[in-house]
Amino acid sequence: MFEILEKERLGPGVNRAVISAPEIASAHRPGQFIILRTHSEGERIPLTVADKDVEKGTITLVWQEVGSTTYYMSTMCVGEKFQDICGPLGKPTHLEKFGTVVGIGGGIGVAPLYPITKGMHDTGNHVISIVGARTKGLLIMTEDIGKVSDELIISTDDGSFGVHGFVTQVLQGLIDKGTKIDLVVAIGPVPMMKAVVGVSRKANLPTVVSLNPIMVDGTGMCGACRVEVAGKTMFGCVDGPEFDGLQVDFDLLMKRLAMYKGPELIALNNFRETPRGCQCTFPGGS
Amino acid sequence: MSDEQVKPAKKPKTPRQKMPEQNAIERAHNFYEVALGYENDLALLEASRCLQCKKPSCIKGCPVEVDIPDFVQLVKKGDYIGAAWKIKEKNSLPRIAGRVCPQESQCESKCVVGAKGKNEPCAIGRLERFVADYAAINDDGKRPALAKPTGLKVGVVGSGPAGLTLAGALVKKGVAVTVFEALHELGGVLVYGIPEFRLPKAIVRSEVDELRNMGVEFKTNWVVGRIETVDDMLEKRKFDGVFIGSGAGAPLFLKIPGENLNGVYSANEFLTRANLMKAYKFPESDTPVAKGRRVVVFGGGNVAMDSARTALRLGAEVVTIVYRRTMEELPARSEEVHHAIEEGVKFMLLHAPTEIVGNDSGWAVGLNLQKMQLGEPDASGRRRPVVIPGETSTIECDTIIVAIGNGANPLVPTSTKNLETNKWGNIVADLETGRTSRDRIWAGGDIVTGAATVILAMGAGRKAALSMLDTFGVS
Repeated sequence: MFEILEKERLGPGVNRAVISAPEIASAHRPGQFIILRTHSEGERIPLTVADKDVEKGTITLVWQEVGSTTYYMSTMCVGEKFQDICGPLGKPTHLEKFGTVVGIGGGIGVAPLYPITKGMHDTGNHVISIVGARTKGLLIMTEDIGKVSDELIISTDDGSFGVHGFVTQVLQGLIDKGTKIDLVVAIGPVPMMKAVVGVSRKANLPTVVSLNPIMVDGTGMCGACRVEVAGKTMFGCVDGPEFDGLQVDFDLLMKRLAMYKGPELIALNNFRETPRGCQCTFPGGS
Repeated sequence: MSDEQVKPAKKPKTPRQKMPEQNAIERAHNFYEVALGYENDLALLEASRCLQCKKPSCIKGCPVEVDIPDFVQLVKKGDYIGAAWKIKEKNSLPRIAGRVCPQESQCESKCVVGAKGKNEPCAIGRLERFVADYAAINDDGKRPALAKPTGLKVGVVGSGPAGLTLAGALVKKGVAVTVFEALHELGGVLVYGIPEFRLPKAIVRSEVDELRNMGVEFKTNWVVGRIETVDDMLEKRKFDGVFIGSGAGAPLFLKIPGENLNGVYSANEFLTRANLMKAYKFPESDTPVAKGRRVVVFGGGNVAMDSARTALRLGAEVVTIVYRRTMEELPARSEEVHHAIEEGVKFMLLHAPTEIVGNDSGWAVGLNLQKMQLGEPDASGRRRPVVIPGETSTIECDTIIVAIGNGANPLVPTSTKNLETNKWGNIVADLETGRTSRDRIWAGGDIVTGAATVILAMGAGRKAALSMLDTFGVS
């Protein structure tokens, strides 16, 4: 169980793996996530499922190298097994025919956006997808998203591909053009989601965001993933991961995400000294 | 005074034998077990204090009705392994119960030796621990024969004390049992909540292995209510019955300003990081936990004591328990309070936190407190803490652990069709049988009663097992 069947590098620091997890694959619904541990001393980290294949009994994970666990994952080869994968967790995306749905994925956020886009598309919505990244090399899964969207707009911050600018500018463009939008779904780095909500709030567009707070158990037992939505404390793992973006306190989320910055660096430096860590290319040299 | 008047000296009574423990200064900085357990001679001495009552009242004090005089009699004879098996007839987890049961308010409170208050009761719990450890360490490999398979199968939600006890009781009777656990390790609160220094993980593992050897199957990383519902277990997996022992896993907060600042933990999170995820070994283990300099714990129960003592061991300079009543009302076991004080935990009594103060980067830096006094008794009979107007204070702290209890985790109750719950979200179940509003579904432990003790959960597991056997017609 939890064996890696396929693995590829999607871009600098971004990886994708297809993993054997038949029970999770068949129970999973769009928007849900899993919690994994790479090895017996590993931490528990949540990752949204990017895709699944019920017949083959697999789930697909996409991750960006940030801390010791994600770097560790990058050193795992086809045939290796994860120590633990627990899921599906969290509430599934509420899918219904809204009309026109704009899905916005920033950077790695495109991966969790994919199953939601697919679900929205299958439910009969007109789906406009906006996929953005800092630069062309960091764009991922654009082809996959394109296949399940009615329209696809790609943007890069540096203009190296598609529209030159941020995803928020693309959204603003759609609004300015008078596109009738019934729902916005935004997944990406917290500053991006906050900026998207800034735009959609002015246009009065209902906006769903998927949050990625720090978690431990993922079943509502520990409360590490506390977020504030409409002034109320909610647990990201069981009340989310999706929330009404217009009501989320993003500043609090950013502060809470930075809680373990120090120890994370220690763990990463520690990992760099291990045989596995030696295989990794770290920004600024290995 | 003439010699004649001196009465012949009575044979001196053997006092209750203390259990050796690590010295307080040393143990406050390590995660090894505090209590070291009896050696053979101490156990024999302590067992000799048991009167072998004809009508033993100690058994009535035991939620799982262990045949206490019988096992103590075997200790007296030096048959420690036999004594352990005598306990295991009623309790599959004696190494755990011997460590975490509040015996002073259960079996030992009913012991005739201690009845008149002149002498202390027989140390039943310490003897239980001794024989169970002895039997595990000197395992002779012999096991009582299990009943023939009945063809019945039962699914258990949660591998905590209730589920494990039920599994043990059923498997002995030839019922196939599969236990489903959400976390990656088995034991529930025994591995994520109760600290290593009170209940080593290796002990829990050995008890679980014993159940596995008896044929109990375990499935980890399995969140019932998400991957599969209880109804799925009955219909698709064809379980003849399901027992829900999912625990009280939803931490409560005070709902005061600042509770979402960095450095503020629920006791569940703090203990899970430290215990289950081995944050005390960081960075050898990957999971960190804030190693506070000045730590404050809210609450006065066993979990508050566990949190405070864990914080101390992680290297905190000052650990203060803030409690709104007095020492008298502390709900924690007196032994735990005593240990905490010995190790240097401070108590700030008759104080209630009103606000957690943070800095610009979102970290807790201080705490505002309100001074309280005791007023009239409330419904629970305890005197109610009342605000003393105008008497407030502020203390400096960087880590705050909220240990004020748990609500019911809604994941399992709400995903099970027509399962009756009360206004707090706890499953409604008969306390004598564990039967719920649904046929073929039993429940017990904290998900029914709200946060209680390990042994009460074990008791609930045992009662539900007996009810299941009765329902299935297995004798």
